[in-house]
Amino acid sequence: MPFPVSDLILIVPELFLTAVALGLLIYATVVSREKEGAIAWMALAALVLTGVLLFVPFSSVTSLPQIGFAGMFAVDKFSLFFKILILAAAAVTILFSLRFIGSSPYPGGEYYCLILLTTVGMLFMVSGVHLVSIYIALELMALSQYVLAGYFKQETKSIEAAAKYFVLGAFSSGVLLYGLSLVYGAARTLTLTGVAQALAASPKAPLFILGIILVACGLFFKIASAPFHVWAPDVYEGAPTPIAAFFAVGPKLAAYAIFARIFYSGFGPGSADWTVIVAASAALTMVVGNVGALMQENVKRLLGYSSIGHAGYALMGFLGYGTDFGLPALMIYLASYALMTLGAFGLVVMLETKGYAGESVDDFNGLARKNPTAAAAMLVFLLSLTGIPPTVGFIGKYYLFTSAMKAGWFWLALLGVLMSAVSLFYYFRIVRAMYLVDGEGELRWKEEPAVSAAVIACLAGTLLFGILPQPLVSWAKACLLN
Amino acid sequence: MNYPIWLIPALPLLGFLLNGLASLLYGAAQAQKRGEEWRKAHPDEGHGHDHGSHEAAHGAHDSHDAHGHDHGHHDTGPMLPWALRLFHGVVGVGTVGLATVLSFGILVPYAKSVMSNVEGARPIVETLYHWIQVGGLSIDIAFRIDALSALMLSFVTFVGTLIHLYSVGYMQAEAGYGRFFAYLNLFMFSMLMLVLANNLPMLFIGWEGVGLCSYLLIGYYYDKDFAAAAGKKAFVTNRVGDFGMVLGIFGILALFGTTDFSFVDMARQQQMASGTPLGVYAVCALLFLGACGKSAQVPLYVWLPDAMAGPTPVSALIHAATMVTAGVYLVARCSAVFLLAPDALTLVAWVGAGTAILAASIGLAQNDIKKVLAYSTVSQLGYMFLACGVGAFAIGMFHVFTHAFFKACLFLGSGSVIHALHHEQDMRAMGGLAKKTPATHLTMLVSALAIAGIVPFAGFFSKDQILGSAFAGGHYILFAVGLVTAGMTAFYMFRLYRMTFSGTYRGTPEQESHIHESPLTMTVPLWILGAGSVLTGFLGLPEVFGKNLMVEFLSPSVGKMHAHEVSHATEYLLMAVSLAVAGAGIFLAFKWYTGQDAKFTPGAAPEDIIASPAAHAFFEKTGTLGKVVANKWNVDEGIEALVLSPFRKIGTFLWRGFDALFIDGLVNASAFMVELTGDLVRFFTTGNVRNYALTFVLGVLGFTLYIWMR
Repeated sequence: MPFPVSDLILIVPELFLTAVALGLLIYATVVSREKEGAIAWMALAALVLTGVLLFVPFSSVTSLPQIGFAGMFAVDKFSLFFKILILAAAAVTILFSLRFIGSSPYPGGEYYCLILLTTVGMLFMVSGVHLVSIYIALELMALSQYVLAGYFKQETKSIEAAAKYFVLGAFSSGVLLYGLSLVYGAARTLTLTGVAQALAASPKAPLFILGIILVACGLFFKIASAPFHVWAPDVYEGAPTPIAAFFAVGPKLAAYAIFARIFYSGFGPGSADWTVIVAASAALTMVVGNVGALMQENVKRLLGYSSIGHAGYALMGFLGYGTDFGLPALMIYLASYALMTLGAFGLVVMLETKGYAGESVDDFNGLARKNPTAAAAMLVFLLSLTGIPPTVGFIGKYYLFTSAMKAGWFWLALLGVLMSAVSLFYYFRIVRAMYLVDGEGELRWKEEPAVSAAVIACLAGTLLFGILPQPLVSWAKACLLN
Repeated sequence: MNYPIWLIPALPLLGFLLNGLASLLYGAAQAQKRGEEWRKAHPDEGHGHDHGSHEAAHGAHDSHDAHGHDHGHHDTGPMLPWALRLFHGVVGVGTVGLATVLSFGILVPYAKSVMSNVEGARPIVETLYHWIQVGGLSIDIAFRIDALSALMLSFVTFVGTLIHLYSVGYMQAEAGYGRFFAYLNLFMFSMLMLVLANNLPMLFIGWEGVGLCSYLLIGYYYDKDFAAAAGKKAFVTNRVGDFGMVLGIFGILALFGTTDFSFVDMARQQQMASGTPLGVYAVCALLFLGACGKSAQVPLYVWLPDAMAGPTPVSALIHAATMVTAGVYLVARCSAVFLLAPDALTLVAWVGAGTAILAASIGLAQNDIKKVLAYSTVSQLGYMFLACGVGAFAIGMFHVFTHAFFKACLFLGSGSVIHALHHEQDMRAMGGLAKKTPATHLTMLVSALAIAGIVPFAGFFSKDQILGSAFAGGHYILFAVGLVTAGMTAFYMFRLYRMTFSGTYRGTPEQESHIHESPLTMTVPLWILGAGSVLTGFLGLPEVFGKNLMVEFLSPSVGKMHAHEVSHATEYLLMAVSLAVAGAGIFLAFKWYTGQDAKFTPGAAPEDIIASPAAHAFFEKTGTLGKVVANKWNVDEGIEALVLSPFRKIGTFLWRGFDALFIDGLVNASAFMVELTGDLVRFFTTGNVRNYALTFVLGVLGFTLYIWMR
């Protein structure tokens, strides 16, 4: 497919990040194990620079969106919103990993390179406006993810997580790809705008409907919503903790973005059937996620189930399709979800010294007395995850539930509120451990400036946007799909 | 003068942060030092022992039994080092003082502009940012200075600074010196937010902020049960009012579509978005319920007398001069809305009058010097609501203003007495202090004359005009109640004066030798407030004497009910009557409490000691009634029997009958359900990839079938 060379300017940030990732891979072969910290800092710097580059090519061009590569790649405000969040999530992950990987028996070079490559995949995903470009970007992300999940290759849990994730991921890719091919068969085009036109012409074509269902199921897997969520707790538990944090946020952001793009720009106008599946999955996901979390002893598993529950809430945002509340609600919620989830995982990282130690709920016992600041920070994140003001989690949920109600899904909003009450129970098991139970012996706790800085940033965002939501709300509303 | 208004509340907030931080750091350092000493003393005990038990033991060692006195050197540890005390004092007083200077820098030019052009006086509104924007509702963080908030701002900052200064001397021996100033600064911040707010939600933030500080400062001696209980009582009672307040705010939003104070103008022009007369009445009643809680009106006044458990400067600042008048401010602020619902105003007037006379009657028979002043405060707040209720909002605010000076002066004077007597608060054990504490004596005498309503002291002008407004509005019963209350006020104030300052000292000679006048940091505020008690009244001269500056100043901000004019002759007559009643009260107090008396024995009835034979004869006749009055009309017991006890019974029923059987049953049932679901989930989450893939396929098939069937 021919395209003008000037289109390359659209993918400057992605090209830059890819180059750095590959460069670091080569650099890692010559650097000694002790000096691998430098790789992490370079990766971090690259992420920051990429963030800057996102805006540089367009400083002179006022007209977004820009579409290039024969209708495969779009730079619009919607993609920029997600790209910033994704880059931030990747940066936080690297901050979490510095000591975690540095003190582990595993080399760091490939690790940081893979994080960057995953990020590149996600950046391409959110800019994809063509079924094939979206799919290929998704696979770039997923393949890097599989390796990262199994990065602790001596640990059975890590290997098991990678294997499961890979097999099921391949399975879901198959379903997704099959769905995409059916859509192509019906529409005879792969661009989203083309699909939309074809669908408008023949909305009831069985091929289309089956294709839409299969695409939805494939994407449900990526955002870990029921009944395609089963992999998530295992993978979160088995993967190295910073990676679990990354998986809980980054790939989900990208998946939500392409879900929104495919269904809003592609499938939206022609057929409203898909909202029913989304609602059903949302309801099931909220119940499964929150009920499943109740009895978990492992904090990573607990946060895994909790993130499934949150996927259920977030799906409500898609139901607001056609109202002016749905998509901004989803975007506000995802930003808030990223802040509080990364923050909570950051405290788990801090509590771990080696391997998998320190990730059961009991390991939080007596934290309030030994480190009141950390306990207070965790408390804020947990309150936010529950959706209690004045935290950003409340703002996110407020918009989502309002969106569901405006779209007429009252029972779903009600279920969401009830499940939030259930979530209070398991979140507050951690609070109880921190504040009411005396810890035995010395707390495994390693203060670390990098992790602390990341956690403080998340904390500041959680509280600041909780009290002053307007900037976040305005930003999301300015970045909608057009 | 072009500096932002937000600096005014921001300065005390800065003071709070600095004082709080310094206090925390010092406390942590001390705790560590104590821990090390303890470890040195107990080298054989393991490290695993947590600090809590050790600190608890330490605390128990430090705290002595509670005497019912509000402060003492014996409290929670040694005095702070002088440098730290200096820091707390400078930051605490300095930030508030600077805020006062800034306030007057804005107020003076503003007042001039208002007085020169009453019609054209526009409020100064400064919007910092949009706080919440949901749909059509926009709530800003915005500050407003108009005549009403200017009046509040002037005495809140001025009296506040004086009381901060006074605290430097009064609290110097306290281990919690830094904590005290941190809370006091936080209070000033909240109060200024309340006063300067440009909308009801922001006012509510300040409203809750002052409530929190009140709670924290009542419970300042938190290791004493009575102080902790009093703080809790204040907090819980205020919740009842705040529930009304919040609903009232929602009501205002429903009526006018905004919570911005522009609703006042809309109400004045009768432009309501929606609303029936009943709706307006309900909104006013709910807002008034909030005011009743904060301003200690019947039936929510019970917390204020108990609030005297806090240090005396707190009683003066929060529980007399500023916070408790917030309710009056709220009613005056919403005066235009209240004028739309005359029935609500009647309610306000009757509650105010009822509170005034009830509290004054209780004040007649109290022996704790601060309790007398507390009931007096409740009673005076009743007067303010009475004024609002008869439509004379400006006069009510005038009384708020004058009261701030003389009541703060009385409280600080009582603090000075308590300080001189080493924490004695029982007036039966006082006497003859006039010569020993001359400054305290003179300033308290002046402010007692002011509250009794003797011309030309401040209270005369404000109180007389309240009674005059009631009379002019045709509310003769309210007028009579107010008049009787005025007599009672004069009596109990001079009973206090006689028991404290006249005659001879009733304590031991050893105690007598320690009596001393307070330091300058305490007497200077007394002199200034004493001067205020004399002078502030002239700002609101009754019409017969000339221009009423106060009413004219406030007229753009507060509503006024159209009242019948009374002739000048009637007005002079009313003044003469109220002076005569006040004079009679003072006369009776002087006659009955001669000050020639025996020595104090704890537990003896007060009148056995100091009252004259004529008084004894009277007390014998009143017998039971006197005892009931002395026991505060048994209101606490009544609340216990009528409200708390039934609630406790309902609570017990809910616990045993509902919670244990029904809820627990439900919880157990749902736990069973959850377990079942968990089993189901576990059945699918086997950890086996094949099963995972199976659920995946089932999911796809399920969704496809679901769509197919539709």
